[in-house]
Amino acid sequence: MSKIIQLDNIIKRFYIGEPNELQILNGISLSVEEGEFLSIVGESGSGKSTLMNVIGILDRPTEGNYILDGVDINAAKDNELSKIRNQRIGFVFQTYNLVSKTTALKNVELPMLYGGKKKKERIERAKELLDLVGIGERMKHKPEELSGGQKQRVAIARAMANNPSIILADEPTGALDSQTGRMVMDLFHKLNKEQGKTIVLITHSNELAEETGRIITIKDGSVKNERKGGIDL
Amino acid sequence: MMLIMENILLAVNSLLANKMRALLTMLGIIIGIGSVIAIMTVGNSLTNSVSSSMESMGVNNITVGLQQKSEEKEVNESGAVFGNTNYSSAAATDKDYLTTQMIEKLCETYPDSIEAISASITVGSGQSKSGNTSANTQVIGTSAGYFVASNLTFLKGGTFSERDYDGAKKVAIVSDKFVNNMFDGDNEKALGSEVEVKTNDKYIGYTIVGVYKYEESSLGFSSASDDTVTTNMYIPLKTAISLDHSTGFSQFSVVTKTGIDSTNFVSQIERFFEPYYRNNNDFEVSAFSMESIVSTMMDMLSTITVAISVIAGIALLVGGIGVMNIMLVSITERTREIGTRKALGATNGSIRLQFIVEAVIICLIGGILGIILGVILGNVAATILGYPASASVTSILISLVFAMTIGVFFGYYPANKAAKMNPIEALRYE
Repeated sequence: MSKIIQLDNIIKRFYIGEPNELQILNGISLSVEEGEFLSIVGESGSGKSTLMNVIGILDRPTEGNYILDGVDINAAKDNELSKIRNQRIGFVFQTYNLVSKTTALKNVELPMLYGGKKKKERIERAKELLDLVGIGERMKHKPEELSGGQKQRVAIARAMANNPSIILADEPTGALDSQTGRMVMDLFHKLNKEQGKTIVLITHSNELAEETGRIITIKDGSVKNERKGGIDL
Repeated sequence: MMLIMENILLAVNSLLANKMRALLTMLGIIIGIGSVIAIMTVGNSLTNSVSSSMESMGVNNITVGLQQKSEEKEVNESGAVFGNTNYSSAAATDKDYLTTQMIEKLCETYPDSIEAISASITVGSGQSKSGNTSANTQVIGTSAGYFVASNLTFLKGGTFSERDYDGAKKVAIVSDKFVNNMFDGDNEKALGSEVEVKTNDKYIGYTIVGVYKYEESSLGFSSASDDTVTTNMYIPLKTAISLDHSTGFSQFSVVTKTGIDSTNFVSQIERFFEPYYRNNNDFEVSAFSMESIVSTMMDMLSTITVAISVIAGIALLVGGIGVMNIMLVSITERTREIGTRKALGATNGSIRLQFIVEAVIICLIGGILGIILGVILGNVAATILGYPASASVTSILISLVFAMTIGVFFGYYPANKAAKMNPIEALRYE
């Protein structure tokens, strides 16, 4: 299997050059294999969100190298990063972040719109994905007319729109009750097994993390522990 | 291209979601564009109506008349421009009047410029009676040039012959209304018939040589019915002089030859009469042309247009700032959406485009509403002023383009601000 994410000694600092300069990530090295279901665990303030932003190339590292799917992120321009986010990464957020006042279908179409797909193709694919996550009959509904679980399923369908290689989920069950949270987790397992998607799950819940193949524990901006198959590495 | 279509739909959706806010934002644009279109419509209607009436009245008419001398020169000049009201004939006596000799001299001096002279003397009102039928008339003595300068439509017969003029013949041209009352509308029968008209307590018989079509003055609010309406009856000038014993005129018109610069000729005429009236304490001669009235009206109109355009410009500026303000509010409200879009792969350019399109749509809808409002107001105003309304298509098109330009101009800053947002901060925005 090839490495899809390769982080090498990543350092992230904020307020650089100011008296309140802050180092959040203290040299993290991490690699993820294609098709892995991985979880990153840590308490709030541990730096896991910053790490997710770096992995999702929403933010550039201050130091260190990052190769994503063979692309050197440090060398890429902003517009190239937009394209990589669009084509290779699917985001699922804790707060869903659906575009309000527009339908579920339109939300799923959005990444394809930025990807330059034709309207007919977009609608076809969006319908297919909404059926896959089990809310095909709700495609004409707007986010405010959907329950939390339904919203998160729309968000997952949206993350899948351009058939990315990685799905990056930031506390995807954080705002859901345990039952709907279970449904969402089942969906991730299904995507991982059936479609071979690489999934990186960021969570503070050890219980959820236990379901995944590998657990990385972050503390104070460094990898504190790595567990695979129930064995500490 | 696809993104633009999607962005237009998106913008329309976002406006529909905030209808009241959108409308209030557009108000500045609506008022600005509306007032420009309204004034353009009035101006356009006025121009059309003036140029068509100029054609029928003849631009090359110069009116020459007596004017009371005044201490202030300015008053004189404006008075000369605005018509007959200042031509006071009430106080003028025989010694002040313009004489036939003066006019003949004028014609001799400028034979290359003068086509004809239209002079008239009002003998007075008269009544024609024949058995039970009667008709009221205003008897006016006219020179040959009168019918050149005026635009009477002859239904039957024609103007006086040279022999009629020179011989002071008792012939008359009457209106169709007169014929209606006296001859049951039979123009055929009227022509050549003799009618007796009582003026100044004297009955005089005239032979009818022509019938013209009576046209109500555009400013006339005549309450008289067809039976009692007073119409003009024209008789040769010399006939009138012999009846009236008058020796001159308080005013007359000069029909210039085509290609004569009437503005220039007006001052030549005034200079010509200057020596005659140098020693007259009360009166002087002033002349003005149709052309100068028209150009004064146009000057006035363009002044009003400039004034309203400045106001409209200010309204549009304020409107544009309003659009910018609401766009800034909108991007702040939608910070999370912007962050999400960026995470999903929107480039800075596509975010910028989205918000510029939204600003342009606001301005464009405002512009369209403004045009509708302006055309309605312009039509109402033109109708009240009594001109046939016609909207100016060019100004409508220019307004649309201008509205869109405002959208781009005032939308750019907020759109750029949105485009430059940091996706992480935007996603975390509460």
